[in-house]
Amino acid sequence: MTRLSRLMPGLRAYVLLYLVFLYLPVLLIPLFSFNDGTVVAFPITGLTLQWYGQLASEDALLRSLRNSFIVAGATAVFSTMLGLFAARAYVRNRFRGQRWSEGLVMLPLVTPVIIVASAMLTLFMLIGLRPSLATVVLGHTFLTLPFAVAILKSAFEEFDPSLEEAAYDLGETVPGTFRRVTLPIVAPGIVASLLVTFTVSFDEFVLAFFLSGDRPTLPVYIWSQIRFPARLPNTLALGSLLLGFSVLLLILAEYFRRKTRRIAADAKR
Amino acid sequence: MSDNNRTGVLLALPATAYVGLLVAAPLGVLVLYSFWTQTYIDIDRSFTWENYRTAFSDPLVRHLLIRSIWMAGLVTFVTVALAYPIAYFVAFRTRNKTFWLLLITIPFWISYLLRVFAWRVILGFNGLINSTLMSAGLIDEPLDFLLYNEFAVIMTLAHAWAPFAILPIYVSLQRIDRSLLEAASDLGAGRVECFLRVTLPLTIPGIIASSLIIFIPTVGDYVTPALVGGSDGKMVANLIQVYFGAANNWPLGATLSLMSMAAVGMVAVAFVVLLRSAGKAIR
Repeated sequence: MTRLSRLMPGLRAYVLLYLVFLYLPVLLIPLFSFNDGTVVAFPITGLTLQWYGQLASEDALLRSLRNSFIVAGATAVFSTMLGLFAARAYVRNRFRGQRWSEGLVMLPLVTPVIIVASAMLTLFMLIGLRPSLATVVLGHTFLTLPFAVAILKSAFEEFDPSLEEAAYDLGETVPGTFRRVTLPIVAPGIVASLLVTFTVSFDEFVLAFFLSGDRPTLPVYIWSQIRFPARLPNTLALGSLLLGFSVLLLILAEYFRRKTRRIAADAKR
Repeated sequence: MSDNNRTGVLLALPATAYVGLLVAAPLGVLVLYSFWTQTYIDIDRSFTWENYRTAFSDPLVRHLLIRSIWMAGLVTFVTVALAYPIAYFVAFRTRNKTFWLLLITIPFWISYLLRVFAWRVILGFNGLINSTLMSAGLIDEPLDFLLYNEFAVIMTLAHAWAPFAILPIYVSLQRIDRSLLEAASDLGAGRVECFLRVTLPLTIPGIIASSLIIFIPTVGDYVTPALVGGSDGKMVANLIQVYFGAANNWPLGATLSLMSMAAVGMVAVAFVVLLRSAGKAIR
């Protein structure tokens, strides 16, 4: 590489170490989920799939999994819908209070979750909304909105506004243009936003812990298992599945995000 | 233009109103609650300063609040310091930046709960490090300084927040006009001086952004202190959860939430002012 990088062998070594630090914990969970001993230690004595097999017969786990799918699915749809309109406005329109609105929508990203959780619980109880999956969806929509807006904004930024203008000039109505021009071009961005918000909601713990009442989501179930050392191998297996699932969804999201760029570039030609 | 204005307002309204409502309404209710009192299972709705008096005079509250801020500050410092060279490396020393940025952000997408759990598995009493060292015959009994202390909390959070520290700093490094660096070296500045007097001051905005993104949520972090902090590492969020859960004293919990928020706000503002003036001073 460059002359400078040869002058700085320390930096490369540091970057390598840092990557180990980043990836080691994440890779250990799947690695030890196949371990046939109940103690997490090197060297690994043997490989087994029994911990995975045991998961299928746990009713509480399966119920929490279903709850998580319901919550994450609803959250993804709501926050992507809200995000779609807002992102369109932020990219295409100049309006009063725009900066203020953009800042506010990003706020959930930097608010301490414990304060959001306790405040929402208090509000919901006061207006008579008992903790349930619905209250978790309300909270998660709030929490995932910044992700939806950020992804959809970049989808709108990719595509040329003159395409929409051309459609108007050719006599297409506003809803017609949205359906036949805008939507197809930003569709991959919408899918990416759905996938990312789904993942964030699926993995979220603190809000769900406060707001789910007696219908735990998957992270809340995992939380209840973490304290018991005897449950460690099963928790590792469950964690690996969750981890694999999240990574899969995010690779898909990244694929769709890049597709927006390609479609937008093709449409310009 | 006015049409454009109206469309923009209409389209942005649902999202803005949703977030606005879910920020303002719960906060309002939290403020109300903080002036009420818990009487067994009911809430006494007569106005009182009692909760604030209790919270301010309780040494545990003061202790936890101060420690949460101290810990969050420490975590922020360690995370940003560890992350800065990585951002520098990606901005100045790599060709395939997209690949590197992806590599850095992938771990972030894995459930936060699981990452904290992973650290517990590594550092635990019967965890990876101890069990491995023991089976290798290097130690006779588990090292107990690894888990359930501040070190474990800092380690875990420095891991959890890594991309949040790297990305804003990377962006500000990326914005630096490379000719400024050439000019500095043409004028005889060494590499160290060049970094300290050109690069570093120009990345202060990135450092501020990273620090705030890490500091603010860390003060209210619940999972990490609960899982790896032990009794020494507990923070204010754990106490808030107790009041909303087992202790069932929501008004006091609400008071604590508001107090932590105020404390975070004050520290954050002080920090931004301090770092800005520091940036001017070294230039």
